[in-house]
Amino acid sequence: MTEISIRAEEIFRIGGWPVTNAVLLSTVAVLLLAAGALLLRLRLALLPARLQAVAELFLDGTLGIMDAVLGSRALSEKYLPLVATIFLFVLTSNWLGLFPGVGPIGIVPPAPEIGHGSIQLIPLFRAPASDLNFTIALAVISVLAVNLLGVVAIGAGKHFGKFFNVRSPLELFTGCLEFISELVKIVSFSFRLFGNVFAGEVLLVVVTFLVPYLIPLPFLFLEIFVGFIQALIFAMLTLVFTAMAVLGHDREPSVEHQKA
Amino acid sequence: MDIEAAKSLAIAIVMGVGAIGPAIAIGLIGSRGADAIGRNPEAAPKVQTAMILAIAFAEAIAIYALVIALILKFVE
Repeated sequence: MTEISIRAEEIFRIGGWPVTNAVLLSTVAVLLLAAGALLLRLRLALLPARLQAVAELFLDGTLGIMDAVLGSRALSEKYLPLVATIFLFVLTSNWLGLFPGVGPIGIVPPAPEIGHGSIQLIPLFRAPASDLNFTIALAVISVLAVNLLGVVAIGAGKHFGKFFNVRSPLELFTGCLEFISELVKIVSFSFRLFGNVFAGEVLLVVVTFLVPYLIPLPFLFLEIFVGFIQALIFAMLTLVFTAMAVLGHDREPSVEHQKA
Repeated sequence: MDIEAAKSLAIAIVMGVGAIGPAIAIGLIGSRGADAIGRNPEAAPKVQTAMILAIAFAEAIAIYALVIALILKFVE
């Protein structure tokens, strides 16, 4: 059975920086997205071609969902870059991780690293979200951005007043809870994505080991679905937290505002 | 009981116990969602979105247990 390692393996070093296989694949994802964006920008036309039509469809749907949460198109367009970038990046890296050749193609380590008498392959690529560093980085970015946007939108005093408040003992207590929940957000964001993607990898390895042909197929479909749902959830939660931060306490965001 | 057996047992218990709560939660969410769609089929897309989000939250609890189990299993 293929060896499963919970941490990404180092492929090479640039200077003193270790470059792991997860970093390599997320770089591929970034390059793909950048190339797609450039291609789209170059061939922008009033009468949309196929690629542009798909992009416009995606943008329209995203803005529609954001309108329902934020309540206005102007706000949606303001926070679109953060939410849509997270969605596209997580989606691309999740789906790239399912590509054939991501696991099996690799390099054989030099002699001293071969242990237990069997030759272990170090995969050249690895699904980025199956490395905890990737998901923690994304979670920290998301939570920091939410707080920053909150400060910009309603002012530092009002935003941090949510956490540190000495007007009454009760508000002091709820402030503490709010502060803790902010830290817990990072943990739950990162572990949700990491757990889902890493569990998917393990599931695929185990199923392929048990029955090599045909049976892993439905599980691959499941993983495609899970990759999409997790990207959606990461972006949705960022959106909802942003809405809570920028709208303040007076206007709670709600899904009921949705325009038909 | 040697340490290896204790570890295997711990993994099984973590995953088994950790899956109970989320299983109940997902069952409840799914049944209420189906109820809601049955009563008001036009609201199906809205209900589905909220349902899938809520299921993902409930599922996250099981995923935490899974992460603990995986760490126990694969980290030396």
